[in-house]
Amino acid sequence: MNFKNYFSLIKKGFKVKNFINYFVVIAVTLLFGVLSGIGGLNRSTLALLEQIGYSVIAAVSLSLVVGFLGELSLGHAAFMSLGAFFGSLFQNAVFPSLSSSAPLLSLVLAMIIGGTIAGVFGFIIGLPALRLKGDYLAIVTLAFGEIIKIIFQNMDLFGGVMGFQNRYRYDINSLFIVIFIVLLISLAVIQNLIRSKHGRAVMAVRDNEIAARSMGVNVSYYKIAVFVISAVIAGVAGVLFANTQSTIKSSKFDYNYSINLLVMVVLGGMGNINGTLIASTVITFIDVKLATSLTGDLAVIKNIIYALILILIVIYNNSPSLKKFREKFNLTNAFNRLKKFILDLFNKKKKSKNSSEDTEFGADWSKIPTKIEMDAILSTDLKPDDSYIPDSPDKGGKNE
Amino acid sequence: MSNIVLETKDLGISFGGLKAAQNVNLKIEKNQLYGLIGPNGAGKTTVFNMITGVYKPTYGKIYLSGDDITGLSQVEINKRGIARTFQNIRLFNNLSVIKNVMVGLANRKEYKCNLAQSIFRTPTYYKAENAMREKAKELLDVFGLLDDRNQSASNLPYGKQRKLEIARALATDPKLLLLDEPAAGMNPQETEELMETIKFVRDRFDMTILLIEHDMKLVGGICDRLTVLNFGKEICQGNTKDVLNNPEVVKAYLGD
Repeated sequence: MNFKNYFSLIKKGFKVKNFINYFVVIAVTLLFGVLSGIGGLNRSTLALLEQIGYSVIAAVSLSLVVGFLGELSLGHAAFMSLGAFFGSLFQNAVFPSLSSSAPLLSLVLAMIIGGTIAGVFGFIIGLPALRLKGDYLAIVTLAFGEIIKIIFQNMDLFGGVMGFQNRYRYDINSLFIVIFIVLLISLAVIQNLIRSKHGRAVMAVRDNEIAARSMGVNVSYYKIAVFVISAVIAGVAGVLFANTQSTIKSSKFDYNYSINLLVMVVLGGMGNINGTLIASTVITFIDVKLATSLTGDLAVIKNIIYALILILIVIYNNSPSLKKFREKFNLTNAFNRLKKFILDLFNKKKKSKNSSEDTEFGADWSKIPTKIEMDAILSTDLKPDDSYIPDSPDKGGKNE
Repeated sequence: MSNIVLETKDLGISFGGLKAAQNVNLKIEKNQLYGLIGPNGAGKTTVFNMITGVYKPTYGKIYLSGDDITGLSQVEINKRGIARTFQNIRLFNNLSVIKNVMVGLANRKEYKCNLAQSIFRTPTYYKAENAMREKAKELLDVFGLLDDRNQSASNLPYGKQRKLEIARALATDPKLLLLDEPAAGMNPQETEELMETIKFVRDRFDMTILLIEHDMKLVGGICDRLTVLNFGKEICQGNTKDVLNNPEVVKAYLGD
């Protein structure tokens, strides 16, 4: 297979729309990479970037299960914790010398190991998913998350309740670049999966399992495959998370964290990768900013503000009375207006030349009533002259 | 023998003590339009579910072109060449029209492409994907749905949803197509159109069709042969005209 042929194949179905999130992630990485190269980033910004990075990876991996397969999973943090503990065990205990001499290789190996172990557990959790649905599966995954948490708390190998001392970590100044590269790779894996016949089969299972079976979709295979892929990516996110912490405590991966991830997926829109990207970035940002700005007694307010934001977003998304407002201010419309504005700027000269023709023969669209105005016009009572009253009994005469 | 696409021998199922269907003997020849009729609760859909593998029959055997397919899984039966539509439409509502058809196409041998190949976007993936898209467009064109291909399936009007379901079933390249009450919820005009569609499908795709229907006008208009079920038992079988005039059938539908 030569490359020319391959590229002609790619070109056939190419849509810029499908690749826009890669470009955004690459642009962000380059921007902050350059900034950090010239020393323009302080420690807290780096930490924020890292946290956004691994949260986005975890949220996107959960979106595969919740948004595309349509199964509710409340134990996603457990996959992260598996990755985090086994990854850092590898980095610290097995090859400490490798971690200091070749940190990147050590990190990559840790990600492979952490991802694999999380994937094995993903397979185990995928098995009940074949028979359980909805709430029942949610309970199983919730229990799974708690069990993993408690097991780690009670294993001396992982430091018990005190947490695992994570001595050999990847360099904090360039970790975020690794995280963003992993984010790109996991985005590519998930989107390539979704935009193939396998992805369509997964979504078919979500939309109608009975019909999917009758169309020859191997439901068991796809359910397990999705759980495994999602768990592997979450495990890798866990390894990256571990590299930002000096002590890894399993209490960090409780059900609150799983629900946090779920909230990112739900707010981004089920089955909407770009939405999940935006939602997880924004939520992590708010989370971190609130945590740093509210300290001491005020820390309690953080959760309240966080909850309020969620409630407002949910109301904004679903309230029927806000429908008009939403249509006016949603992202798609804003984007279209921006596009139109830019196009208008470019076409200004042309238009001024042709404007005389347009007004003479074409309709002026701004003067034609919209549907809403039209309804208002039609619904107002007609006030005919006194001289003519159509249904007046005096003039009809015949029926009386 | 080779002319017979589907044959069931003494097919039956019981749920606990309830015998939902018993001794059903169907024999459907190639290119035939076969009707399965009966009053409500007669066990028609149960027979469909047994043929497509949703239920495992308690008694009897099912043969597809002479091969025993009794008790196989739904996926395996679909691969062997039986596709169906549903009484209450079951489309993949959040997928676009063309993707609905492409789900049906996915299992065909010519579009083989495994999970790793699609994740790493090998040339096989692009070839399979482009070929599937073309094939799906071709199928949609036949059913007059080409212009709606990028709409989500739930946005289609009812009649078009029915058509899409048939198109999706045909995408799996079946030998036998099962239609479960295709005219349910349609007005007389739509039913008329549907009759044309079904006839057209049989002629264009050289298809064998087994259909369940309540609309006697449709059944009388297009079916070659009929089997009548009542209380899970076969009460009559034969040419459409003879069956519809059979006093026992009239009794089953109208009472004594």
